Amino acid sequence: MLEHVINGLVLGGTYALVAMGLTMQYGIARIMNLSFGDMIIAACFATHVLFTALGISPIAALLIIVPASYAINLGIYQVMMKPLVSRAADEGALEVDSILLTFGVLFVIQGILLIMFGGGYNSYSFLNTPVKMLGTVVAGNRLLALVLSLAIGAVLVFILYRTRWGMILRAVSLSPQSAPLFGIDTDRTARTAFAIGGAMAATGGVVVSMFQTFTATAGVVFTMKALIVVILGGKGSIPGAIAAGLLLGLVETFVAAYVDPGLTLAAVYSVFLLLLLVRPNGLFGKV
Amino acid sequence: MKNAFSCAASVARHFTTYAVTSLAIAASVTSVSAQDRDKISIGYAISKSGPNAGGADMTVTPNYELWIKEVNQAGGLKLPDGSRLPIEAIAYDDRSSAEEVVRAVERLATQDKVDFILPPWGTGFNLAVAPLMAKFGYPHLAGAAVTDKAPDFVKRWDTSFWFMGGSADYVSAFTKILVAERDAGRINNKIAMVSVADGFGIDLVKAARPSFKAAGFEIAYDKTFPPQTSDFATIVSEASNSQADTFVAFTYPPHTFALTKQSKIASFNPPVQYLGVGAGFPVYPGIAGSSVDGVMSLGGIDPNNELNTAYREKHTEIVGRAPDYWGSVLIYASLQMLGQAIERVGLDKAAVAKELSTGTFATVLGDETRLEDNQLRAINWVGQWQNGQFVAVSPAGGSGTAAVKLPKPDWE
Amino acid sequence: MKTSYAFILAGGVLALLATAPVFISDYWTGVLLGMTGYVTLATAWALFSGPTRYVSLATVAFFGVGAYTVAVLNDIMPYPLVLLCAAGIGITMALVVGLSTLRLAGVYFVIFTFGLAELVRQTVSWWEVNVTYTMGRYVFLPFEGRHIYWQLLALAAVTFLISWSIGRSRIGLALKALGDDETVAAHSGVDVTRIKLLLFVISSTIITLVGAIQAPRWTYIEPSIVFNPTVSFMTLIMALLGGAMRLWGPLVGAIPLFLLFEWLSGTFPDHFSIILGLMFILIVFVMPNGVLAKFDSLRKGSKL
Repeated sequence: MLEHVINGLVLGGTYALVAMGLTMQYGIARIMNLSFGDMIIAACFATHVLFTALGISPIAALLIIVPASYAINLGIYQVMMKPLVSRAADEGALEVDSILLTFGVLFVIQGILLIMFGGGYNSYSFLNTPVKMLGTVVAGNRLLALVLSLAIGAVLVFILYRTRWGMILRAVSLSPQSAPLFGIDTDRTARTAFAIGGAMAATGGVVVSMFQTFTATAGVVFTMKALIVVILGGKGSIPGAIAAGLLLGLVETFVAAYVDPGLTLAAVYSVFLLLLLVRPNGLFGKV
Repeated sequence: MKNAFSCAASVARHFTTYAVTSLAIAASVTSVSAQDRDKISIGYAISKSGPNAGGADMTVTPNYELWIKEVNQAGGLKLPDGSRLPIEAIAYDDRSSAEEVVRAVERLATQDKVDFILPPWGTGFNLAVAPLMAKFGYPHLAGAAVTDKAPDFVKRWDTSFWFMGGSADYVSAFTKILVAERDAGRINNKIAMVSVADGFGIDLVKAARPSFKAAGFEIAYDKTFPPQTSDFATIVSEASNSQADTFVAFTYPPHTFALTKQSKIASFNPPVQYLGVGAGFPVYPGIAGSSVDGVMSLGGIDPNNELNTAYREKHTEIVGRAPDYWGSVLIYASLQMLGQAIERVGLDKAAVAKELSTGTFATVLGDETRLEDNQLRAINWVGQWQNGQFVAVSPAGGSGTAAVKLPKPDWE
Repeated sequence: MKTSYAFILAGGVLALLATAPVFISDYWTGVLLGMTGYVTLATAWALFSGPTRYVSLATVAFFGVGAYTVAVLNDIMPYPLVLLCAAGIGITMALVVGLSTLRLAGVYFVIFTFGLAELVRQTVSWWEVNVTYTMGRYVFLPFEGRHIYWQLLALAAVTFLISWSIGRSRIGLALKALGDDETVAAHSGVDVTRIKLLLFVISSTIITLVGAIQAPRWTYIEPSIVFNPTVSFMTLIMALLGGAMRLWGPLVGAIPLFLLFEWLSGTFPDHFSIILGLMFILIVFVMPNGVLAKFDSLRKGSKL
């Protein structure tokens, strides 16, 4: 029993880590980023290349890839998202536009990865060391994902709720129309939130590549998992993303242990659909 | 990383091919076919992107490219009159979509009017194109397709040839090894078995259940998981709790790799570990990050077969990486057979199909490779990692290739 | 009078399309088949999603269920009966889904429908593996490309007829109100829920039938083949490109996009994704409201 709780939390840590970035982009920058998973995959490949070709440890790679991703995402926002935001008549229009646009970005990233690396399976071994935790042995790299997601989550929650800048972020998230009335630069705030989201996608990618086999076209799997966590947790809510991520991890593990491993994903979608019907704004969402 | 020049060149080439074929179609109204041809066109549709790309990229595509390159370096395919014609290849991406692969084969057959069509990757896609290949009269060298129904299919589509055997073949060979081990008192009577919920996993597990039971084994753990599964902590721990000495996983590479990593973490060390596709990849020991000696899977090679060794070296040299230890060599052999059949009977599709069905060929599998009832049966069914090589094995004390070495040593 | 001319014209085009396979190669028949499939899917999709502005990603859930019904039933009952069964299953599923979800709005509906497609796929997989012990079914029906094409063409014609008559009926008026403002529509006596449900059921049933009719083309059916999420995305993109609010919108979007995809995969098989992605980005920036709206605005612009 305790063993399944721990395995579930460790698995959920990965989901939470991956989803927090998306909730920043979607909840605060208001960009529904369908290419989110492909940014994760791009980071997986970058780590893989740095590690196998240049011998740079994935932990050190974090220091290169995460800032790079922040800069790239700033650029993406500036060039592609900003025109959409300024022309959008209402939130719905921006949603449809950003879905279509990032759908295009998804294919571009995927196509570039396919040309550079081909469609094959990629995997390597790093930090695949047993760590004993409350009597259960878990993989070091997966534990790292959990620890990172909790740490990053805590930092973000602190920034959002305890600093002036966090207040600005929340104000933009709550009411993008009226925020400028208080002298808030919405554009800059949204850009920063989008870039932070991208940097977190890269963090997720670096960590995930340590234990998961990835291919150039596997991005959509991550996008969808992250999207489920984001919606479950309430869009824009960091604590919600963590709670929902951990919840999904627990659901999968318990169903695998006590019901049938064949039904893990069916169970995830059932929980998701049910909760969506009961609480359409998510666990921590604004009503 | 491919270089930009070859990319640009390939774009240009595809573009010219397209333009040329369009012209050819326009021209074909007046002149049906030129007798004095200067090339042989061979087309294929393969999953270069999408979920199937990983498998295709390991086992099928490199062998197509290798074979075509080798043939063209030698001056082209030899024809009965001794002349040689270079191969012009037309390759499409089916994007892992069944509708796409069907239409691509129609395009190859009726638009590009290629001389021969090589098959796509995967059981499902080979079946999807089988009726079309038969309809247009192309020999269908179904390589990467494992099916027990091959004896039926050769009756339904008499120009289809099946090169990878069926699940029952793989499972019964493995069962024989298990029985020998149990009779020698080295393993207990229990088996823990997991499988991926798609065509491959289910086909094998369906064959495995009756085979294991008939041999008197008890299947203590028997679960199927969705293909998207990436975490195996719970499955490994439940399998470990079942007290089985034999762990069988009919899986695809992502699961095989993840199961391996998790088994190491959990120190899950049953004496017999049999994993699915991916365990026979040359990169497998690197992914596991330690010795994988003792791990068993489908396929395997005979290390003393010089033809095979030469093939592996050639593949490594030209493709840039070694072939896998199961399907690659079978696919490559099927291409050699096609080339030799053309050399003997020319470009007539029906004649080539007949020659494939009845002829004897010198391939990397051996000097006398032939099909039985349009199926290749000389396949290594069970392989095991021994001293860093994935070799074909037979039950301890049995004849044939190397003897299986069990129990598998613990993970480091 | 104008209407009857339009009908004669449409009938003529339909007859021409129906005789096409006699003159063209199997490949072009295959292209027409795929195109007609997507025209039907996009039109059926827009039937519900256009006026209600509910973006549905459940297309492949119904499409796949249709295909699977044929796979399961094709050797135990005659083909027309199989199609009837598929339609029945489609209706039932649409009713259940519609009744439980139509109160969700915006992106929640989008995500819900995507989740639904995955849930259906997982459940079918699990059922096949653990209850029927089969994965992968064979469909050996004596249909060639052109037979499937003719069926799809008939279904496409019916779909257009339904779409056209809904647009002209009293429901059509109510729908205009609904799309403009749901609350206002409800206050002025439009039974919003009932209309939405009706449209959802009609649209989903047509989509189910498209899947059922196309199934024999693949010979071998397994969940990963028929529940391919690309189908949902392609349908959505095609309908949006043409303009989901108009009768001809989905058609105008589906035909060029389908031909473009086909040309790209024939000409640039290795660069398909990149070019496709760039096209999307371009579409968003150049014609955000669909091709037809773009034409309208260009025409108006030239008149001024």
